[in-house]
Amino acid sequence: MLAIVGTVPREDFPLVAGEAVLVDDGIIVNQRSVPVNRGTPALIAAAIKAGEVLGTGHPFAYLVGDTGLGHGSRHLYEYLTDRLKKASFDCIAFHYLQPDVDWHNRVLFSVEDMKRRPALVADAGFMYAAKMSGQAKAYDLFTPDAGELAFLADEEAPHPFYTRGFMLHEKDRVPELIGRAYQHGNGARCLLVKGKQDYVADQNGISALVDHPSEEAMEAMGGTGDTLTGLVAALMASGMPVKDAAVAAARANRVAGSYARPTPATQVIDIIIHIPRALEEVLSQGGHTYGQGIS
Amino acid sequence: MSSLAFLNIFKQRKSTPAQQGSSLDRGILVFENTSEVIRAEAILKEEGWDIRVMGPPPGIRSGCDLVIEIPLIEELNILRTLQSTGNPPLQVVPVSSPLLQPVDLFQEKDFGQHLMVRAANMKLTVDKETLTVVNVSGGGCPDVPFLAQEMVGKSLGDAPNPREIGHTLCGYALQLAYEVMKLKCSP
Repeated sequence: MLAIVGTVPREDFPLVAGEAVLVDDGIIVNQRSVPVNRGTPALIAAAIKAGEVLGTGHPFAYLVGDTGLGHGSRHLYEYLTDRLKKASFDCIAFHYLQPDVDWHNRVLFSVEDMKRRPALVADAGFMYAAKMSGQAKAYDLFTPDAGELAFLADEEAPHPFYTRGFMLHEKDRVPELIGRAYQHGNGARCLLVKGKQDYVADQNGISALVDHPSEEAMEAMGGTGDTLTGLVAALMASGMPVKDAAVAAARANRVAGSYARPTPATQVIDIIIHIPRALEEVLSQGGHTYGQGIS
Repeated sequence: MSSLAFLNIFKQRKSTPAQQGSSLDRGILVFENTSEVIRAEAILKEEGWDIRVMGPPPGIRSGCDLVIEIPLIEELNILRTLQSTGNPPLQVVPVSSPLLQPVDLFQEKDFGQHLMVRAANMKLTVDKETLTVVNVSGGGCPDVPFLAQEMVGKSLGDAPNPREIGHTLCGYALQLAYEVMKLKCSP
């Protein structure tokens, strides 16, 4: 089973933990509903749609309201510290949470105390905390975009806001920045770098590049990175090896995007509804080998 | 290896990461004089912030001989609090690397009808004709979905300013993208 940990942008949303279902344009967990527009609800919705194809059932969601004050995130961190060690999951995806190194470490310790260690995916704020803590290697997958990759590559930056200019200055430096992230111990076991071209890499270098179909407008859309993380986490929870899952997810996210015919104003739910068709198509074509291999 | 040595290794595994990471997500507020430090400390403690007053680390070349350590991620919220009480700091710097500066490099992408501006990890996209905010993307702090929810669908002039409703460094980065976008879209 896949577990997803994140926040929703409302201070009054209580901490909920339970199976997540998608009804119309909303996620429901423990009878609490939240619209799918971006962020963790978009990640969950993509994982639900992927689960329909994979036959893996609904993901388990740990959600709390947080608008950036951090109260909800810290409440959820505390809850996880107590509960995760008794839980059993195939994969856990950590997402929009207030980056907090101390709480991150406590949650990671709790994961290490689980009877069976799940695959770990970190994106968004939790990935920032994982990098800052020096614990990147404890994760199976990070899913940064170009700006976040520069942050991972900058050994001094405590947040993308403080990434040094020379990291951001030139275009098309992804391969170099991937190498630098690993050189400083800030890469997970595998990286899926989201962008105009999606790169799959590990400490030995780039193993695959996925660049088609290409919908330029997806770069401006909120939530397309979240759907990609939801897809790859669902595939990993189904037992697919991380690099294969990364390639298949990158491809399926692009195919779903192309079916939506997006503009920069398109909302992510318009892509999510195409995920089952896109994922079936990619898997039937041997999706994990579809990326362009790079030696 | 003795059983005691084995236990010590296990104990070390439990404590090392927290110690390594203890200051990496902290920032420092630098003030002109100690009276301002004392006032700011009282204001922030009253608001419930997890802060402490300390001596400045090497590399800080301005301000007085006391600084306030804060949770860096929540810099935007803390600055707003201090500015509203007339007690803003001279500067804010990360504890781990006091010489680091906020991002000042911006990328623009013209989609024809839409213009996107990226600052660090945050992207803001506007319809060039109507000046409506059509998307906010990127970022990882929990105020990003909140900022998107409050800004998308509104015109640049009517949308709330990220500086006023954001709380984190992601919100701060969006503020910088917003300022560049306003400059680009001004007549």
